[in-house]
Amino acid sequence: MTDKIIEVRGLKKTYGGEKKRGYKGLTPTLDVLKGIDIDIYRGDVVCLIGPSGCGKSTFLRCLNHLEKPTGGTIKFEGTEVNEAHIDKLRQKMGMVFQHFNLFPHMTVKENLCMAPVMLKLKTREEASQKADELLARVGLSDKANVYPNSLSGGQQQRIAIARALAMDPDVILFDEPTSALDPEMVGEVLALMKELAHTGITMLVVTHEMGFAREVSNRVIFIDEGVIQEDEPPEELFTNPKNPRLKAFLSKML
Amino acid sequence: MSVFQNLWAELVSEFTATFITEQRYLLFLNGLKTTLIVAFAAAALGVVLGFIIAYIRTTHDQTGHLRILNALAKLYLTVIRGTPTMIQLLIMYFVIFGSVKIDKLPVAIMAFGINSGAYVAEIFRSGIMSIPPGQMEAARSLGLNYTQATWKIILPQAVKNVLPALGNEVIVLLKETSISGYIALQDLTKAGDIVRSRTYSAFFPYISVAVIYLVLVLCLEKLLGYMEGRLARSDR
Repeated sequence: MTDKIIEVRGLKKTYGGEKKRGYKGLTPTLDVLKGIDIDIYRGDVVCLIGPSGCGKSTFLRCLNHLEKPTGGTIKFEGTEVNEAHIDKLRQKMGMVFQHFNLFPHMTVKENLCMAPVMLKLKTREEASQKADELLARVGLSDKANVYPNSLSGGQQQRIAIARALAMDPDVILFDEPTSALDPEMVGEVLALMKELAHTGITMLVVTHEMGFAREVSNRVIFIDEGVIQEDEPPEELFTNPKNPRLKAFLSKML
Repeated sequence: MSVFQNLWAELVSEFTATFITEQRYLLFLNGLKTTLIVAFAAAALGVVLGFIIAYIRTTHDQTGHLRILNALAKLYLTVIRGTPTMIQLLIMYFVIFGSVKIDKLPVAIMAFGINSGAYVAEIFRSGIMSIPPGQMEAARSLGLNYTQATWKIILPQAVKNVLPALGNEVIVLLKETSISGYIALQDLTKAGDIVRSRTYSAFFPYISVAVIYLVLVLCLEKLLGYMEGRLARSDR
C-alpha cells in the first residue's frame, strides 16, 4: 500500500482576478485553496469533508483539471497533470458528479460504450460486453436500452458510476454523489460505492455522509479555510477530534 | 339568384385570365420553381454558414482560441443583421457582381443564404449555450477532447433544442425571397405581379400567390413536426 498514485504539492486556486467586461480593472478575487499538500496511495478510500464553501469540491475538480489550479503541482501516476496530456490522464481518472450528467440523447448502454469506443480503447464488441457486465454489477441490466431521463435519480447515479468504471480507471473521483438524491435513494448509491471500495479501487469522495465516511474510508480529510486541517483514519477523526474547527463541524453534522 | 350567377361568372373569367390565357399558369409554375430553389439553396447555405459561425463563436467563448476568426464572425453578424435584406440583395447584384455577367439565381441564393446565416448562427449558438455545462464536463472527464465532446455530446443535443427556431428561420426565409423581384428574378411573387400588370386585376393573382406561399409553409410545418417527433425519442 505504499504505491503513490496522486501527489499534490502546494495546490492553490484563486477565482477572479481576470479582465472582464463590465468591470474596471480586474474582477474581485477569492482564494479557495491556499496550498494543499497530500499523497494518495493506491487502494486508498479517502473521504473529504468540510463545511460548504471550504473548497473540497474545488480540490477534487482541480485533480483532473476541470478547474485550472492557479498554483502548485499535481502528479498522477508519476506524470504531472497539465494541459498537454490531460485527456490521456482523465481516461484513468474517472469522475462521478453530483448531478449525474448522463448524456440524455444516448441510451444507457451507449452512455457506457461511447468513450471507450471513441477513444479506441476497446472495440465495439469489447465495450458492449463490458457494459453488460457493469450493468449487471450495478443491478440495472434491464435498463440497457432506455434513455437516462426515464430513470430515477438513484438509478441514474448508478449508471454514472458504471460509466466511469467502463473506462477501467485507476482512480474515481466522487463529487457529492448523493447530495442531489431523494433520501430513499441515497442508500442504493452508497451500497454500490461501498462494494466498489472493497474491490481495491482508489476512491476520493467528497461527501456529507458521515456514516459512509466512518464505515468505508481508510482516511478522512477535513478541509476548511482552503487548507487540510486533519488527515486521519476515521475512528481517530470521529471519536477523538482535536481541531476546534473540526469539533464545531462534527457537532453540527452528527 | 342572378347575383350569385354573376359572381360565379366573374370568378371564372378572372380565373381564366389569371391562369389560362396565354398559358399564364406556366409563369406561376416557373416562379414557384425559382422561389423553391432560392429558398432551399439559401437555407442550406445559411445553415452551413450559421453552423460554422456558431462553432467559431462558442469555441472562442469557451476556450479563448480562434480570436481573429471570432472577430470576423462578429463583424459579419453586425453588418448582416444591421442592414435590410433588400439592400443586401441589391448590393450583391448591382455592386458586388455589378460588372460581371452572372445569372441572377445564384446571386439571389448567395444574398439570402449569407443573410440567413447570421440569424442561424445565433440560433445555433443559443442552442449550444442551452446545454448544461455538466455535459461538457462529463464528456471531458471521460477523456474526450474539446472537439470530440462538442461533436458527440453537445451538438446533437443543441440541434434538437434549436429545431423549432431553425424551422421558424426557414419559414421566414421562404417568404423573404419574395423580394427577389427587385433584381428582376422571376420568382412566385414576381409572377403574380406580371400577371397583374397584364390583366389589370390585382385580386386573383395576388390572392393566388398568397395561398401558394401559405400551402408551402404548411408543408414545411408538417415536415418540421415530423423531424421534431423523430428527435424527441430520448424524452420521457
